This record gives sequence, structure tokens and C-alpha cells, in this order.
Amino acid sequence: MLSHVPVMRMYSTDSPLLGAVHSTESFGAVDGPGVRFLIFFQGCPMRCQFCHNPDTWQLPNDPQNPITSHDTGTDNLSPQIPKYANDGKYSSCSYISYTPQELYSLAKRYRSYWKNGGGITVSGGEPLLQIDFLTEFFRLAKSEQVHTALDTSGHPFTRQQPFWGKFEQLMKYTDLILLDLKHIDPKCHQKLTGHSNENILDLAQHLSEIGKPIWIRHVLVPGINDSLEYLSGLDHFVSSLKNVERLEILPYHTHGVPKWKALGIPYPLEDIKPPTKEQLTLANQQLHTDSYTGYQKLL
Amino acid sequence: MNQRDEWNGFQGRLWREEVNTRDFIQCNYTPYDGDESFLEKPTEATNKLWEILQNLQKEERKKGGVLDMDTDVVSTLISHRPGYISEEHKDLEQVVGLQTDKPLKRAFMPFGGIKMAEQSCQTYGYKPSPELHKIFTEYHRTHNQAVFDAYTPEMKQARHVKIITGLPDTYGRGRIVGDYRRVALYGIDFLIQEKKRDLSCCGHGIMTDDVIRQREELAMQIQSLKDMKLMAESYGFDISNPAQSAKEAVQWLYFGYLAAIKTQNGAAMSVGRISTFLDIYIQRDLDNGILTEQEAQELVDHMVMKFRMVKFARIPSYNELFSGDPVWATLDIAGIGQDGRHMVTKTCFRFLHTLENMGPSPEPNLTVLYSSRLPEAFKKYAAHISIETSSIQYENDDVMRPVWGDDYAVCCCVSATQTGKEMQFFGARANLAKCLLYAINGGIDERYKEQVAPAYAPIISEYLDYDEVMEKYDAMMDWLAELYVNTLNLIQYMHDKYYYESAEMALIDTDVRRTFATGIAGFSHVVDSLSAIRYAKVKVIRDDTGLAVDYETEGDFPRYGNDDDRADDIAVWLLKTFMGKLRKFHTYRESEPTTSILTITSNVVYGKATGALPDGRPAGEPLSPGANPSYGAEQNGLLASLNSVAKLPYEYALDGISNTQTIHPDAIGHNKAERVENLVNVLDGYFNQGAHHLNVNIFGIDKLKDAMEHPEKPEYANFTIRVSGYAVKFIDLTKEQQLDVIARSCHENV
Repeated sequence: MLSHVPVMRMYSTDSPLLGAVHSTESFGAVDGPGVRFLIFFQGCPMRCQFCHNPDTWQLPNDPQNPITSHDTGTDNLSPQIPKYANDGKYSSCSYISYTPQELYSLAKRYRSYWKNGGGITVSGGEPLLQIDFLTEFFRLAKSEQVHTALDTSGHPFTRQQPFWGKFEQLMKYTDLILLDLKHIDPKCHQKLTGHSNENILDLAQHLSEIGKPIWIRHVLVPGINDSLEYLSGLDHFVSSLKNVERLEILPYHTHGVPKWKALGIPYPLEDIKPPTKEQLTLANQQLHTDSYTGYQKLL
Repeated sequence: MNQRDEWNGFQGRLWREEVNTRDFIQCNYTPYDGDESFLEKPTEATNKLWEILQNLQKEERKKGGVLDMDTDVVSTLISHRPGYISEEHKDLEQVVGLQTDKPLKRAFMPFGGIKMAEQSCQTYGYKPSPELHKIFTEYHRTHNQAVFDAYTPEMKQARHVKIITGLPDTYGRGRIVGDYRRVALYGIDFLIQEKKRDLSCCGHGIMTDDVIRQREELAMQIQSLKDMKLMAESYGFDISNPAQSAKEAVQWLYFGYLAAIKTQNGAAMSVGRISTFLDIYIQRDLDNGILTEQEAQELVDHMVMKFRMVKFARIPSYNELFSGDPVWATLDIAGIGQDGRHMVTKTCFRFLHTLENMGPSPEPNLTVLYSSRLPEAFKKYAAHISIETSSIQYENDDVMRPVWGDDYAVCCCVSATQTGKEMQFFGARANLAKCLLYAINGGIDERYKEQVAPAYAPIISEYLDYDEVMEKYDAMMDWLAELYVNTLNLIQYMHDKYYYESAEMALIDTDVRRTFATGIAGFSHVVDSLSAIRYAKVKVIRDDTGLAVDYETEGDFPRYGNDDDRADDIAVWLLKTFMGKLRKFHTYRESEPTTSILTITSNVVYGKATGALPDGRPAGEPLSPGANPSYGAEQNGLLASLNSVAKLPYEYALDGISNTQTIHPDAIGHNKAERVENLVNVLDGYFNQGAHHLNVNIFGIDKLKDAMEHPEKPEYANFTIRVSGYAVKFIDLTKEQQLDVIARSCHENV
């Protein structure tokens, strides 16, 4: 990797605030408005059966896998190269740690492309697991009027302290939330992701109450969450929210399967095929996705 | 002040007194800030002619790439009877004139080299005339003969081992753009009068050889102007006087270009910057109520149809270098004027619209002279056309304008030239990747096992030491730069002598600026190899003679294409260093040396002749095209790659820095409006950093694979893609090149 002189740093309370980043991508154009710098955080509590990034699951504060820093000895902060760059092999937990300032300096190299609402999107993994780091990172971005978007599963959300207070802070520096609603039925959600969806729906309602713009995204998995019953349930819920600027159906795809295989995890949706065009059209109609046009204000 | 009826309604003074097309444009054009809603669909005549032409193209492909050829007529301005797309429907053609007497029939052009002219006939089953063979071997020398007579053994060897390749020593050097607009604005008689005046002023001192040469060249130019009149006359037009209408302006201008392509078979035969010029005529006729928008579009469509028909007879080895029958009929639109007004006119839209009216096409090589300050509606329309057709390229007007002014044109794939003020000595490219291997092997070619460069001490250590490699590489680049420049000097001298471009030069100022355009191949591989040697451990694998033939690299190293300054600084160093070396040597006719980082599709042929490199590229694999990062090197996405290329200083590569990127449609936006918006964001962000050029392809690898397997599907007949420096119909590429295009990065969703 870039760390030809790797510096090992333990993830302890004495260290400066560090974020564990699985990888970055300089060009994103479908995860928020405009052209965006994407950051994939390491670690996720969900185990979605259709996940296409299972290599971001493992939590970074695992003592077996200390966070390694990239080399910060050069004058210019250089972007990281993903760990499977050369040998094509995937690692279950391999990431680079950054200070918020370092990560922001890296993102800012692409500022000239961020007109018309473009900016930074954090994704993962689950960024909310590293909320202290994330808040400081977004604070830096907002101090220079950069648009910030948080792509989250909502799983860590709770109205309990200390998360609640931290989340309120984070919202000060977050322009947009991309919220994944994976299944409207709590039991099915549990089966599909390993967790219930109650607090996730609660998050959506909270964001509606405070008027925070959200884009809701729903991965359509044939046979799992595309039935009329589930879709009309989802439609009912989403239409009750006041802050939805966009509702997107993402077709389930199998691009992530090789990663599961490489990691030696059995792939649970082996027999399921991506949705057909007809299935997608139908789902779009049932969810009235066309009626959420708030995102167009920037175009 | 000269007043002519043809100029009624035009403003300005300077251009009336002397040839000054730029002044005419600046005084008369109407910037257009609106959108594309005014554009018209193709007329019935356009549809009919385009259908006939498409059928001819199908037939051409069925016959192995050539529809028809001349074998016994040497192509000149007046060698052929008039030809039409269809004799039956010739009344439908708003613009007339073909290279030969029949559509898509290739002319016999022996002045560059009789051998190549004959070989190209034989390749396609035609029998060249024995009489012409005798004339061009016994009675008259050709450029090719003269060059090979004068080459030194070292030059021949360098050419043979392909450390220097693509030299214009068997055909026309091309890349000269006559100011074809002058024919429309002034008429031929005034142009003859001006050249005669120049001739009378030339040689009042001592008759030195440069004066004698110029007098002869001027006489040849005047003869060409006279022949242009005869050529036009055969089609029923008198072009002695200025064009009176938009229709005449289009026709007159096209005759000027036709004169070039009837007499020269240069690799690149560009049209130039004509849209804003023609818009003045079209707007005048629209204002006077003698032309409708539909008729205006028809004129542009028909002119573009002619540019889509330009053909030359080529040999197989040429086609391997420049695949898909390109002619670089490059046509430029937009740009910003020196006074700050943008130069987008409705006719810029009309030219882009031809890709909708008649579908995607590689020619003319439509080039948007881009600036983030162009009107938003135009930028969006261009992006829309890119997304729909992948047929256009973008070049940064903001870096070219300070160097070339606001009336330059692109004379090849990406190289700028001042229209009517400048000519270029085109000179292919030097393989700097091979040069690096020579530095390691003491001048012995790794593929041919011959001593090519001087026998400097080779590197004998097991692991490569960065400082040692750099010292030896520096010395080897000195050798290569000198040999390269000298080889080109010789070629350009002979081309002037035996294949002078009198028709094009007749439409360029007599006191012409000359540039000497060199080029670099293997750029990214040298950068990554040097980075590997510096930041990782590179072990040399030698054969039993001690020749380094492969490399094992331990550890990771930064690669060009990731916005990593450690690699990108090497890239900048490499460009500046090689350019600095080229500047040391005498260049023919006081020309100004420039260089380029562009390879066209020759990256495949160059790669075949180049051994394994320390960056991990195996022997014989294609080199990365142009200034593109190496295959698989881009690990941080499109913008990181663009940022790396944007760091290369244009001032050191005035002949151009070519970059080709392919983006999956799903990765650039959810819907059409977003894709357009995001592509504009990418272009603005890239060019605002001072980058020079971008080819934009919007499609997925799946489509390429399907097209390779099913070329017969109708949807692929005109499927056009941008490759390094031009556009090509994908199904016209060789299988090797198709695989190469597929192997390159496509930026998809993460």
C-alpha cells in the first residue's frame, strides 16, 4: 500500500481522534447530489444477506486488528490504495486510519468537481459507529461550505444517551441523509439483516420531525421484499414522512458475491436473481417513487 | 476600404483590406446563450442521402474495408470527373464534391511513396498500373524513396526495432490545416492576387536557398489556387469571387478542404474551426429571410456527410497503427474569444446535432474547445451528445488560448495549430519505455537482441538502484532525442521537396510559423517503473547472455493515476526532461519543437515491440494509450485518475496530452438530467485544473463485449467509441484492439 513505511497506532483513548476507513472512491455520482467523494467506513453491525461489501463488516476496534496509519511523512497527503489492489485477494478487516483533518484534506483534492450540490458522502460499513470522528470530519467540511451526506442503515440510532446528544451534534453538520430501509416488516427485517427495524423507522420519523432532508433507498430483492403487501407497507410509511426528497429502488445485484466467497462466508441468497425490468417498474409504481422530487431543486 | 456586394451586412475593416479571417469572425459572429430547442430534424433529402451512404458503407465493410479503388489515375485537383453520393439523386446534395469520381472510391496517391500506393491496391485485390510504376520509379522520385536513400543505418535500425515508430516516411505527413474559410470569404482570385504580391516581394536580396525555395513554393501555391477553380468549375461553380450566401459559403469552404484531401493522404487531414465562421453566413441569410432553420441544418448535415466520406488507401501495417480507417477530419466548435465573449453560436449546436440527425460517427472528429465559462446550455447539450453517442472530445480552451490565440484549430487528434498562420511538421513518437530498457541493458534491444543505442555500461546489479537507473536513463534519453530529431529533420526535408502541400499552404500565410511535433509513447509505464524502482524493490531477471528480460517487484509502490504526488511528480519530471532534451537540437526550417503524450491506437503495436517493464507490465502487452494511467493502476476512481493527468503541464506538451476515460452510464447519474449535469461537473473540475484533453465514453464493458461477439447486430453498425485521440466504429477495430479497449478501466459503480 502507500504505507511503505507503515506506522502502527493502537486504537486507544490516548490517541488522537481516528477514523477507520475501509476505502475511498474519488468519483461518486449516485450517492447524493452532484459529484461526490465517497468514504467507506470500516465496521458494520448489520449482516444484510444481500450486502455487497461484506469486507467492511468487521469492527475496527478488534484488538486482533490494530488500526494502522498510512504514512503521513510526506508533504502531500496521498490517497490510499485499497488493500486488494495487487493480489486480488480480499481481507476481512483491513483499513486505514485517518485523523479528521487528514481525511478532509484527501477529500478536498476533488473540490473542483463539486459544483451544483456535490460534496462528500460517507458510507460503509456503518459510519454512525464512529460518530465522534464523523462529527468532527463533517464539522470541518461544513466550515468550508462543503455538502455532507451520510449513508446509513440507521442501526445504531437510539434516543438514549450518550448517542442521542452526539447525534444531535452530528445533525448540525449533516446536509442530507441517505437512509436504507431494507424491509418494512420487523420480523422479515430481522431475518434479512440480523436486526429489527424499529429504531431505524424511529430514526426516519425523528428526521422527519426535525426536517432533515433524506433520500430513502430500498434494495429490491425478489421474493424477499418485493411483495405487494410489503411494498404498500413501505409506501404507507414513507408517505407519512415530511422530509423525503427522493425515494429510490436499487435493484438487488450479485456483484458482491465474489467477496463473500473470498471471505469464506456462505452466501445466503444463492438462488435469487436480480429483479427484472418489469419487477422494477412495478415496484416504482407501487412506491410512487416519481412523486418524491425534492432532490431536483439543485438541477 | 474594399466593398463588395457579397459582403453586404458584414461589419469591420481590417479583414476587407487583407486576408484576416479571424478579424472577420470577431467583427461579425453572434454568441448564442440559448439551448438546443431551435434545432431541426433531418430533411427528407438528408435521410435519403444518408441511407444511400450507409448502404455504401455496409457494402464497403462486406468487401473487406474498401469499396473501390483507383489504380491508374494519379489523384490531383483536376484528375477526376465530378462525383456524387448518387448520380440518380445528385440534385438532393446541398454540398457537392468527392475525392474521386465515385463515393468511397479511394484515390491513387503515389507521391508519398509508390510502394505503399501499390501495396494498398494489392492488399484489396486491385492491380496497380505498370505505367505508373515505371513513372514513379524510373522517372520521378517519391518522398518515401528519398527518405530511405538518405536515412543513416542507425535511423533505419531505430525504426526497425520500433524505438521510433509511426514516422511519416511512406505517406503524407498531414496535420496541416489550410484556412479553408478564406475561399468562402475572399474567393480564389483575391487569394491569388495576395500570393502573387508575396511572390513579387520574395527575393529582393540575395538568392539564398531559402528564398529560392519559397519562390518555388509560392508558384506551386498559385497553381493550386488556379486548379481549385477548375475543380469547382467541373461541379458547376465559379469560386473566383466570395461566397454570396450560406449555401455558397459552405460549398466554397468545402472545395478548399476537398483540394487538400484530393492531393494529400496525411494521417490527419483536419477541417478546422469553421462553425462560428459559417454561422455568420447562416445568420445573415436567416435574418434576410432567404434561409430557414431546416435548410440551415440541412446544409450542415450535408457538409458533415461529406466529412464522413473521406477515405485514403492504406496498407495493413498502417491500419495496425491507426485502426478503423481514421482520417482525423477534426472539426472544432465553441471556445472563448480574446475579448472574453464566448464563441458558441447556433451553428456549434447544429454541428453537434448532426450526431442526432444522422447517428453517431467517428468523423468528423468533433472537438469541443471547452471552458467552464462556456454557456451552461451549450455545455449541457455537448454532455448530452457525449452520453448519447460517445463521439466527441473535449479540449481545454483555457490552456490553449494563451498559447495559440482564439482562432486556432486542432490539426490532428488533439494538437492545436493557428489557423492560416501555422503549419506543423508531424513526427510520430519515441518509445520512452523501450528507452528505459536500453538504459538498463546498455543499448541492446530487449526484443531484437541487437545493439541499437551506444554500448553504454549496462546495469549489472541484481536489484535496480534508483540513482543509477536515473543517471543511465538520462544519458539514453539524450541519445534518443538527438536521433529522433535528426530523423524527423530528414523526413520533413524530403516531404517539402517531394510532396509539398501546395493546396493547403496556398490557404496559409506566406510567412508561416512552423512547429516540430514530436511525441512520447509508453509514458505511464516509465513513470510506474521508476516509481517501482524508487519505492519498492525491483529484481532483474536476466537471460543466459546477461540481458535483462524481466523484473520481479517486491512490495508496493505509488502508481500514476491515483492523484499521488510521489508518482505524479515523476510523470511531470519525465515530460519536462524529455522536452528539454528535444529543445537542444537543431530543428528543420527554424521550427519550434513541441511534444505530445498521445499514441492513438499505436499503443498496441508499440507494446508488442517492447519487453517486460519494472512496473509489472509483461513483454508484448499493449502500452497504455496516450497519457492514460496504466491498466489496473487506477485504484481510487475516475477523479483521482483525472487529477493525476491534470498535473502534466500543457506548456511542456504543446502538441497535446491525450486522455481517454470510459464511464458506465449507471455510475454517472440516476437519470438523463443527472448524467448531463454530472458530466459537466466532471469536465469543469478537470479543465479548471489546467488539464488539456478528455475523450469521454459513456457505456459499459458489457456492450463492448456484445459488440465484439455480435458485430452483425444493426445497433452496432454505427456504434462509435473514443479511443486515444480519435473516434472509431468499434466493429472496425482489429480484434486485438477491441480486446485492448475492453481491458481498459471502465469506471463503474462501487
